[in-house]
Amino acid sequence: MSGTFVGMPAFPTAARAALGDTQLRRNLAHATHTIRDKRARVVAEVEDWEELRIAGAAVKEAALRDLATHLETLEASLVRAGATVHWARDAEEACAIVASVTRAHGADEVVKVKSMATQEIGLNEALEAEGIAAWETDLAELIVQLGEDLPSHILVPAIHRNRAEIREIFRRRMGAVGRPAPEALTDEPAVLAGAAREHLREKFLRARVAVSGANFAVADTGTLVVVESEGNGRMCLTLPEVLISVVGIEKVVATWDELDPLLRLLPRSSTGERMNPYTSTWSGLTPGDGPQEVHVVLLDNGRTRALADEVGRQALRCIRCSACLNVCPVYERVGGHAYGSVYPGPIGAILNPLLNGVSDEQTASLPYASSLCGACFEVCPVRIDIPSVLVDQRAAVIDSHRGDRVPKQEALAMKAAAWTFADARRLRWAERASGLAGRVLGRFSRTTLPGGRTAAGRLPGPAAGWTGARDLPAPPRESFRQWWDRTDGGRDGGRQGDGS
Amino acid sequence: MSARDEILGRVRAALADVAPAVDVPTAPRVPNRGDLVALFVERVEDYRATVTRCAPGDLADVVVAALDGATTVVPPRLGIAVPGAVVDDGLSAAELDRIDAVVTRARVGIAETGTIVLDHEPDQGRRAISLVPDLHVCIVDASQVVADVPDAIALLDPARPLTWISGPSATSDIELDRVEGVHGPRTLHVVLVG
Amino acid sequence: MKVALQVTCVNDAMFPDTGKAVVRLLRRLGVDVDFPAAQTCCGQPMVNTGYLDEAVPVVRAFVDAFAGYDAIVTPSGSCAGSARHQHAIVAERSGDPALAKAVEQTAPRTYELTEFLVDVLGVTDVGAYFPHRVTYHPTCHSLRMLGVGDRPRQLLEQVRGIQLVDLPMATECCGFGGTFALKNADTSVAMGADKARHVRDTGAEVLVAGDNSCLMHIGGMLSRQRAGVRVMHLAEVLAATEASEGDSDGPAVDARAESFEGDAR
Repeated sequence: MSGTFVGMPAFPTAARAALGDTQLRRNLAHATHTIRDKRARVVAEVEDWEELRIAGAAVKEAALRDLATHLETLEASLVRAGATVHWARDAEEACAIVASVTRAHGADEVVKVKSMATQEIGLNEALEAEGIAAWETDLAELIVQLGEDLPSHILVPAIHRNRAEIREIFRRRMGAVGRPAPEALTDEPAVLAGAAREHLREKFLRARVAVSGANFAVADTGTLVVVESEGNGRMCLTLPEVLISVVGIEKVVATWDELDPLLRLLPRSSTGERMNPYTSTWSGLTPGDGPQEVHVVLLDNGRTRALADEVGRQALRCIRCSACLNVCPVYERVGGHAYGSVYPGPIGAILNPLLNGVSDEQTASLPYASSLCGACFEVCPVRIDIPSVLVDQRAAVIDSHRGDRVPKQEALAMKAAAWTFADARRLRWAERASGLAGRVLGRFSRTTLPGGRTAAGRLPGPAAGWTGARDLPAPPRESFRQWWDRTDGGRDGGRQGDGS
Repeated sequence: MSARDEILGRVRAALADVAPAVDVPTAPRVPNRGDLVALFVERVEDYRATVTRCAPGDLADVVVAALDGATTVVPPRLGIAVPGAVVDDGLSAAELDRIDAVVTRARVGIAETGTIVLDHEPDQGRRAISLVPDLHVCIVDASQVVADVPDAIALLDPARPLTWISGPSATSDIELDRVEGVHGPRTLHVVLVG
Repeated sequence: MKVALQVTCVNDAMFPDTGKAVVRLLRRLGVDVDFPAAQTCCGQPMVNTGYLDEAVPVVRAFVDAFAGYDAIVTPSGSCAGSARHQHAIVAERSGDPALAKAVEQTAPRTYELTEFLVDVLGVTDVGAYFPHRVTYHPTCHSLRMLGVGDRPRQLLEQVRGIQLVDLPMATECCGFGGTFALKNADTSVAMGADKARHVRDTGAEVLVAGDNSCLMHIGGMLSRQRAGVRVMHLAEVLAATEASEGDSDGPAVDARAESFEGDAR
């Protein structure tokens, strides 16, 4: 019932459309600035935040570097605690496992805890094809699902919607799939949240199978952890008879104690709170309390591909907090849909190519969807150097085209630039040509920059990308090196053109 | 080859160039904040939860007052009498949905974050009873309050199901504005003893 | 101490006045700065677009040009960042251990101008005079890749006559981003529009930054808007003195001479 990212155009095209959506721009600017400020406040409260980040990064890095051992330990711990462990190479296998467990219990519906892994594998669509309804129970996921929309943020998938839009979605769509929205529904967030509570409660009370992800999986104790706010997670993890958790293999941490830095880093980075309202942990099953049948699906789906990437593997440290999205100036303006994936923003711009490769044009456009400003790295609680991975993934994109029979214009231009820059004599020659162009422009241009320098206004061809919105200073008559030569570095009475 | 063996094989192949050992530094501890119980109270209240402090002898009365006549479920070994309360003996979710309130104990309180953690031993009961009713009255003893998350982790037994609670249920899903009260108890009343 | 100016390809070809200002400023501070003629570019345009193989000869030219200098000073946070953080990546890609060794020599000796002034020379008052209302934009690479912190501000605060006003949302990227400005021109312009708005909100006459590439982007937008705000490299502000202000009737004389010359021919 929801939309699909399949067939999305490359980032620049999708971004252009999003930039023109005034309501989206307004909603995103408001939401990202709100959460940025909240995060900054609670992070500033922690004196040793940097040390905490280093510890968090180390916990995840250590787990990844010995991942096979930890996965085997996790499996053994889970089995000992009464859980059934499944392994899924890809999305299709994972979806088939969930469908088969659900069908084995004769259920035709599941309630879902918000989970990136299940979104990534397209679980809802796969279950629907099997005649099983998957009910999203996180408020933002519910808004997306009811609106037949796509998620646009990792933490708040409906961040692109404002309260008035959400009210409309609830009024129009709730009745078709369960308890309708109350007549007196206003656009007050508390009232909207109340309507979601009423709508979902009947589903929680009758559901027999729940599906979750996990924020962390502790190898030595077989403990899964779900971090949430609303209590929908607790409902799903507690009330049904059967619980199926789809867990990416990178979610493993070695020991129970190592949860510490992560449980301190995640809520402050994510929702900007000292601690999120609810964190649930469970190790297999507990007689008389909660689901009495517990399944864990350990998912690869490209993670081992990412793990093999020397520079990119650090992206698997990600704890899905969304801080990088919230500070990203690109994300703030174009929103999540333009990234064409359930993982948008800076982390999505590296995670998607790492998980899937760069053979399709859309994924190949993602590493370029950044000005490399570095704000993402600065806030990342597990110190993923996103700018460096972006640059490395750009190299992966370019390298994948090195065998092309007809090279792109850009590749030719870069080769020409490299040739010029390889030898200063060539550069000197090129600067003479540009000086000449500057003189010609000086003669004909009617544009001057503030301060008086001659400029180019709107130019045709490839330069239009720049001059469509920006004046371009005309090249100077004399390059710096020409000046240096002529004046012996300004010593030789060469005061003219020196500005003094 | 099974999916398991194939995935583990891919993992090993992917890490062929990597030395496994990474030194994990000890996460920093918060500095001494002085009166932990006062900090705990302040931080719990920050979440717009209610906190009442009382002497051990007044506990039963304070709990009754907090319930204000609501229909109530209690775990098997709450340790105090709550007049008229139903003692949980495996009530169904639908039955719990018709009960207004629950009273439980807790295992640990975390001052830095204003968090209470339940390990669902018989003084706290099954996870469901502290989830479905709309009012949660939670009794925390001052001696249970620790400084920060690592202290709590060291005390807790991961074999138990654990529920970490920081304020009433809340959401920021609408314009990232926090509103309290979604699926979990919309009112959290912490009674701090001692 | 043997000090070399790495003027950067953008400044060499497009903003020679910035290079001249660095020379004037360093000489005033007693540094005999050299301009190794073999220098070209730091290679960042190639690296940041993904053309690592193409960057190899460029980085080779860099290390050859600057071999033997104690300090390599560049009026660009971005190019300093490239030399310090990216040259090693390029060297590794080349598979040439000699290049890697050479990079180990040049990378730690490369300083962004304000780092060189404050950390190496230990000055914050460079004797500048600039009686204008100025706002400062900290460029991303100087701020987050190099961590120059408040060094530029320390220097600006000592400039006589300056009226320094805070730029709202100063640390947010202007949207230049190298080839990002062309590959994602729409998003780049959307970011630049907000930066230009914040600049205008300050009522400043001059926007100052440590990277001319970012200034070319923001300044290009301000110019298109006829905003009445000009952009200047920090080096040019720090190089300005009573004498230069008096002689030239304002710091823009270079540019004006340029356009007058163009008109005259």
